[in-house]
Amino acid sequence: MKIKHIALAALMASVGAGAFAQVKEQFFPVLTGRTGPVAPNATPWANGHNDYMKLVNARGGINGVKTLLEECETAYATDRGVECYERLKGKHGGATVFQPLSTGITFALTEKIPTDKIPIITSGYGRSDTADGGIFKWNFPLVGHYWVAGDTVLQHIANKAGGWDKLKGKKIAVIYHDSPFGKELLPIVEERSKMHGFSLQLLPVPAPGVEQKAVWLQVRKERPDYVVMQTWGVMTATAIKEAVATGYPREKMFGTWWSGAEPDLKDVGPSAKGYSAVMMQHGAEPQSDVVKEILAKVHDKGQGTGPKDEVGSVLYMRGVMGAMLAVEGVRSAQERFGKGNVMTGEQARWGYENLNLTQAKLDALGFKGVMRPISTSCSDHLGANWARVHTWDGSKFVWSSDWLHADEQIILPLVKASANKFAEQKKLTRRSGQDCQS
Amino acid sequence: MFYRENGQFKTTYRADQQIFAITQDRVAVLLLIAAAFLVVPMVTSEYMFRAILIPFVIMSLAALGVNILVGYCGQISLGSGAFMAVGAYAAFNFFVRVDGMPVLLALLLGGICASAFGILFGLPSLRVKGLYLAVATLAAQFFSDWMFLRINWFTNNSTSGSVSVSNLQVLGYPIASPISKYLFCLTILVVLALLAKNLVRSAIGREWMAIRDMDVAAAVIGIRPMYAKLSAFAVSSFIIGVAGALWGFVHLGSWEPAAFSVDLSFKLLFMVIIGGMGSIMGSFFGAGFIVVLPIFLNRFLPFLGSLLGVEISTTAIAHSELIIFGTLIVWFLIAEPHGLAKLWSIGKQKLRLWPFPH
Repeated sequence: MKIKHIALAALMASVGAGAFAQVKEQFFPVLTGRTGPVAPNATPWANGHNDYMKLVNARGGINGVKTLLEECETAYATDRGVECYERLKGKHGGATVFQPLSTGITFALTEKIPTDKIPIITSGYGRSDTADGGIFKWNFPLVGHYWVAGDTVLQHIANKAGGWDKLKGKKIAVIYHDSPFGKELLPIVEERSKMHGFSLQLLPVPAPGVEQKAVWLQVRKERPDYVVMQTWGVMTATAIKEAVATGYPREKMFGTWWSGAEPDLKDVGPSAKGYSAVMMQHGAEPQSDVVKEILAKVHDKGQGTGPKDEVGSVLYMRGVMGAMLAVEGVRSAQERFGKGNVMTGEQARWGYENLNLTQAKLDALGFKGVMRPISTSCSDHLGANWARVHTWDGSKFVWSSDWLHADEQIILPLVKASANKFAEQKKLTRRSGQDCQS
Repeated sequence: MFYRENGQFKTTYRADQQIFAITQDRVAVLLLIAAAFLVVPMVTSEYMFRAILIPFVIMSLAALGVNILVGYCGQISLGSGAFMAVGAYAAFNFFVRVDGMPVLLALLLGGICASAFGILFGLPSLRVKGLYLAVATLAAQFFSDWMFLRINWFTNNSTSGSVSVSNLQVLGYPIASPISKYLFCLTILVVLALLAKNLVRSAIGREWMAIRDMDVAAAVIGIRPMYAKLSAFAVSSFIIGVAGALWGFVHLGSWEPAAFSVDLSFKLLFMVIIGGMGSIMGSFFGAGFIVVLPIFLNRFLPFLGSLLGVEISTTAIAHSELIIFGTLIVWFLIAEPHGLAKLWSIGKQKLRLWPFPH
């Protein structure tokens, strides 16, 4: 039976390779989480990503090069994610870039990508220290990572309280997913708590995050002044429901980037009113130009990936943004390696490292009011660290803060220290200036 | 006609007691091992190595370990994921904390730590049996989840709790390419599988089986239950621990405690039940079934769809993969409750009579 499997798999692999046609196509593999514990949240992301890629083709491709998609389902499991990566990396002339949408898979792929020479984009998740391009040549946490989210959410709390000095002696509870995803937030809140003298109550919740009774009992007992949530998937909805049951005011609860999306709050509806979450730039943007264009050029032609009513929702927009970043990196690589050519993963990496998305470019792409300029460099793989906060009004999210800027003075040393520790463990050396040119 | 032992006379005890007493078996197994070492690396692609063969080899090793405990000694355990985790994290700590620690030694030390952990959590087996023991070993699972998430020392104080290893070398050869990883895992598997096969045929293996079949009777004829049960826990956890270390070091490269969750414990138990309890061969069948079949279905369904001219969505594939997989498990258990290994031995029996069945 096993031999049969192997033979069939080999047959399928050859069929797949044979299908690679003459049309110039840039292959973007899509690791999806359409089933499993985060399905309600990961599905709109994948739909938005794929819709934007279809829109790029409707617009005429990347200087004529069409985008090509193939999905592989990971169900948010690391071992399946690794299998998907191995399956897709060599297909259709080679993968351009991966977006794993899971911190666990990101950690596993970080080990593999330098040898395979394929970059990964991890907007808002994964390792925060990968913002240091001097050590992490192939990782791009574009637009933001957990530490940017953590810093801006604390800034927002400080603003509400009337300044950092007002936080002295206050208590902030952090409810986090007990995994690398959740723990990545802690260094920044610990740093801020040392700086401003507020105390922390760390409350881990075991995966997948549906058992929170004990944690909320502690919240009831200790009555922290604010609650910060690093939650994802079913965990957010559970936390809000527990807060309602405990009687903790939602106005004092603040989620990070992955904790503020419609699927989590729809069930709770009006009783979640007042809950806020920090957004790295975009939020729900149903009125943006890019959404209108997707509706007109993709969905109205019957080519939409998912249901029409989710277009423009928070996680859908995150997928759109991820796809846009992936495509623009290739466009920027084409400037150097030849317009209208298919880029390899290695060439695309240069593109992501030399991304310069000005406001004018973003506006032209339909991201006016959605995003701010992004520019990356050899040492900075982050590109931007802006965020704003939106608040649930009972049925939808509305903006409730101005633009917030994460404090580089605090984050950069943390990033550098962590990256250096990683390099020391792996016996890596910092990239030289010459390597930056390549 | 070809597969029968007629005419193969044993003239020494030694010849009578070898692992594969029938010449054909011996030749077949040698050919199989030779093929796994020589032919497979020549014909398979990188994807096959990284995504299918390496996980299959490592999981076979883990299933083998579980089979010793569950299949041979009859102690149902749901702590296998924890034993793998202990093996992986212990090997990791030896590897990063001791300068110049060879990988192979780190793996073995990881196995020994897992073995000690297994003996500790095997102690309840002296008092509780069957399903109650399964629940008691579940404690090992939760304890290890807690330990590796909470105690920062075990993860070398990494902020996220995720650890990684690199620059693996064995006797100067780097273990980096898919082929070298595969051969490395395969070597360990072959060595440990042969040791295990010999062990279960020896006095101690017979003690385990006696305990499994009826512990009171075994105690009456002079088998010490404590020694037999705890030695089964020790040997089984050692093998599982080495498999866990390989899973972390060679397959994942970077891992978090969730990689060794309770899910994995269940999967390993299913491998043993589906593959065949009390059979070394069964461990391989079980691992093949649980590791390879889902991936095969996941790839075969779109292929089938394209043959029929329909495009199946990712969600539909993921769901039908689970449905078909579940159905197959039920069907196999009804058709052959003793596992795939039983089918294998029935096949061998039939072959003996062929072409003149009674």
